[in-house]
Amino acid sequence: MSSRTAPIYGLILAGGASSRMRRDKAVLVYQGRTQLDRAFELVKRHVADVFISVRGGQITEPTRAQKPLIVDSVEGAGPIVGIRSALAAYPDVAWLVVACDLPFLSDAALEQLLGERDPRVLATAYTSAHDGLPEPLCAIWEPAAAAALAAYQSNGGQCPRKFLSAHSVLLLEPRDRHALDNINTPEEYQQAMDALDSNAPANSMQLKIQYFALMREQAGRSEETLETSAATPAELFSELNARYRFTLPREQLKVAVNSEFADWSRRLSAGDAVVFIPPVAGG
Amino acid sequence: MRFRFTDAAIDTEAARRELLDRGAGGYVSFEGWVRDHNEGLEVTRLEYEAFQVLALKEGDRILAEALQRFPIKHALCIHRVGSLDLTDMAVWVGVSAAHRGEAFDACRFIIDEVKHRVPIWKKEHYRSGDSGWVNCERCAAAPRHAQGADHDHAHEPLEHSVLPE
Repeated sequence: MSSRTAPIYGLILAGGASSRMRRDKAVLVYQGRTQLDRAFELVKRHVADVFISVRGGQITEPTRAQKPLIVDSVEGAGPIVGIRSALAAYPDVAWLVVACDLPFLSDAALEQLLGERDPRVLATAYTSAHDGLPEPLCAIWEPAAAAALAAYQSNGGQCPRKFLSAHSVLLLEPRDRHALDNINTPEEYQQAMDALDSNAPANSMQLKIQYFALMREQAGRSEETLETSAATPAELFSELNARYRFTLPREQLKVAVNSEFADWSRRLSAGDAVVFIPPVAGG
Repeated sequence: MRFRFTDAAIDTEAARRELLDRGAGGYVSFEGWVRDHNEGLEVTRLEYEAFQVLALKEGDRILAEALQRFPIKHALCIHRVGSLDLTDMAVWVGVSAAHRGEAFDACRFIIDEVKHRVPIWKKEHYRSGDSGWVNCERCAAAPRHAQGADHDHAHEPLEHSVLPE
């Protein structure tokens, strides 16, 4: 095993049969967007390369077909096949695996997972807030898990949860107890839609972000337009910091909104232009 | 008279003429130059980058504050952006006033404030092939310089002086 920490790609599992739901869970709509799009955009805020895991028969399904796909390439059934296919496609990459039936999954939950990841074990995962068992479908799977998963399946194993329980993994307590609530039935779908509608913070809005100097280099871009529900520059910084891992802490930065210095707690409005200002060095 | 940027050499003679005034008995200018070392490292060139929309506003506010604080006639500051070589002029400040004392004080005030407030960033390129954004990375990279984000680069270490009324 290499001692180098593997880079992380994102994998949205969308190959399930959705048998109890009796409808494809990936295309269920919450707040105007399919769950597949919501999961994809969420993970994309944290890792640069994100793929959708599909079965061979799903590659032309329109919601999936527009995105980078990893088609099941190994024998067998269940989510382990999707994870193994991704590990086989990019053997030196670790995968942030997210199921597409987690409508409450949050930036904070992914931040905690990525921040506390231990690349020396086979996986970093949450324990369920309900039964204390490992949650394999919002977890980071390391390259070394490929061989162990193959051996597990060749011995007849199918359940990624049991796999995690039996192997060397890091288990974390989720700070947000509901982030991993999944939905399996039409009743749970209705409840999830109602809960999301009632908690919806102000609808998300578009902001324009410009980057300068060190932050431009670390973001890899000089500007972007972002759809976000961040209400203040402080929240926006947390969201962007999760994605770009800026080396400067917020305490060393100033912020400008619409080309004027602003407070970190100012309320942002749609269309605002935000600039984070690293320590200056004119003269 | 407005704070401004240029990506070409600063024309100090033309800038000085903007400060001429029949009531002025003197003129003080400050030039900041690119020097070949900083904090023990050999510097080979610099790049300046600015958030120009806000930098122009903040620069103008500093010039207006100088005119309010000191009995001077005119004040101007011009800053370079882009790539600069050793000995190039990075910044120019000029002040004209009836008397020399105020001109010196206002000139010092303007350069100090510009260095602390205007969103301009400086990337140093070193002989070793490394580079770094001044005040943004070397504190973390070099603990021996961990005195805070306030170190100075291109000129003598200035204290941020206590300002007169």
